[in-house]
Amino acid sequence: MPPSASNILDFEKPIAELEAEIEDIKRLTAEQGVDRSEEIAILEQHRDRLMEQIFSRLTPWDKTLLARHPRRPYTLDYVRLLFDDYTELHGDRLFTDDKAMIGGLGTFDGRQVMFVGQQKGRDLKERQFRNFGSAKPEGYRKALRLMKLAEKFGRPIIAFVDTPAADCSVGAESRGISEAIARNLMEMSALKVPIIIAILGEGGSGGALGIGVGNSVLMLEYAIYSVIPPEGCAAILWRDPAKAPEAAAALRITAEDALRLGVIDEVVPEPLGGAHRNPDLTARTLKTAILRNLDELCSMTGDELAAQRYQKFRAMGQFLTMPELAEIDAAAG
Amino acid sequence: MARDDWFGLKSGKARKLARKSADAVPDGLWIKCPKCGEILFNKELEKNLRVCNKCGYHYKLGAMQRIAMTVDEDTFEEIATGLRPGNPLDFPDYEDKLEKDRKTTGLEEAIVVGTAAIGGRRVVIGAADFTFRGGSMGSVYGEKIVQAVEKALDERLPVVLFCCSGGARMQEGILSLMQMAKTSAAIARMSAEKLPYISVLVDPCTAGVHASFASLGDVMIAEPGALIGFAGARVAQQAGVINRPPNFQQAEFQLDNGMVDMVTPRKELRQTLIKILQFCCEDIGNAA
Repeated sequence: MPPSASNILDFEKPIAELEAEIEDIKRLTAEQGVDRSEEIAILEQHRDRLMEQIFSRLTPWDKTLLARHPRRPYTLDYVRLLFDDYTELHGDRLFTDDKAMIGGLGTFDGRQVMFVGQQKGRDLKERQFRNFGSAKPEGYRKALRLMKLAEKFGRPIIAFVDTPAADCSVGAESRGISEAIARNLMEMSALKVPIIIAILGEGGSGGALGIGVGNSVLMLEYAIYSVIPPEGCAAILWRDPAKAPEAAAALRITAEDALRLGVIDEVVPEPLGGAHRNPDLTARTLKTAILRNLDELCSMTGDELAAQRYQKFRAMGQFLTMPELAEIDAAAG
Repeated sequence: MARDDWFGLKSGKARKLARKSADAVPDGLWIKCPKCGEILFNKELEKNLRVCNKCGYHYKLGAMQRIAMTVDEDTFEEIATGLRPGNPLDFPDYEDKLEKDRKTTGLEEAIVVGTAAIGGRRVVIGAADFTFRGGSMGSVYGEKIVQAVEKALDERLPVVLFCCSGGARMQEGILSLMQMAKTSAAIARMSAEKLPYISVLVDPCTAGVHASFASLGDVMIAEPGALIGFAGARVAQQAGVINRPPNFQQAEFQLDNGMVDMVTPRKELRQTLIKILQFCCEDIGNAA
């Protein structure tokens, strides 16, 4: 998707303006044959410095906008960049094929893997086709079917997370969206093959976690992982969705926060300016990270993998224990 | 039946808790049914397990009330105590809200778990309380459920959970979300050990709790009229869910769609649990 006014974020505008200027000069160079490469080099340096400046001061809300960037690479973009080749598999065998949840066989650095992931669409038509990346129960059931298939044949699973939320329409509710997500959480916790999660963009609540129970959880630098969209949190807390930027900060939804809270294992750095400025480089960095994790996990037995995954999630959460309080309770009997 | 009979709990502390955590009972003698408008005598309502005797409206119950109503008299012992939520995100006003809820409910968190007997059979039981942060699931809630399941695994006991929750607790952010995975993984272990887990969905049971352990019962029971569903009311509103049938996200809607095994009036619940436990536990929980 080419940059246009509608898919450039506000804080990207100064960068885009400089780039337009550079493009103009380049075009003139080509047309008039005058060498202005020095000028271009200076402007490019200037642009990079500007970008560094802007990107070193991003707020959680800026990162939210980057995670939802209309030009951000989506799951299928990464599938194409990461895998030597891939074959999509379809359907949950119960109801239908959910276009918001894709999955299939991939050859990853010469190895056979199963991939699943939510898929968003680029233009209006495609967005509707993909239901904005919001999977329905059949999507989660399709993902589980494929993950079970992977377990059956002893293949690792790579799950790509990028969803605003699970679908909550009347249809999704009627067919048990809660049950579908709950079952995935339960079943994924016990699968006996390596599971690597890569959070690519929006890690939206239960819809994200529904394919998010892994041995290693990686997260791109400008992805977000949140219990509720900032807009929803603002609507509930302050009855004002416009306060989403404040909510984004309060909810601690950035990759850095998720790492600090022990919810993910690794932040995968993005190129300067974000993944959409250089999808190839992003995919290469991600590939290296996945490979390293995969190598480690492949040395473990099925039982060890399930146990490691269980313990990892068992340990999540923060609270105070109060032995003294327990003693008082026991005494009061 | 006198009030003390169905409260079951002899200890003064438990009784005090039960009264405190009850769903906003006005102190007056009379109470108006929010559904049919009937004026109900408070004592009669208590005797009727807080169900309107005209229209069958089921009032919400506090956690301790719920447990007392379900278990054999004087058998409940709380476990997994001494846990308090921190404020891992430094979320504005969170600590004050917790302190306020602790005071008004007398509870340490939005869920109480322990061991008890139901019809002479030993079980692990848990009940969530809507009056504590809307029954929302944070780190302590999740930990209590997992510790309850671990108790069941250690002693080979069935688990009965009264699931009542507005969803994951926003103020603990992503850590709350992870409790969904943590609790569901624990249920997987019960299943692998062939230990029964009965979930009872009571008003309201939504979002993060409904999309995790609440939906994983071997047998699932719902209370009449309970709000049960994935998207909480405000989330659904924001998402612009359209064409909702009149009974959308109610217990009866979930029954029609095959998402629960039965909708059971409160009066019949205890006997129903006894029957199911009898089927599931040939020799589980009898050792008591």
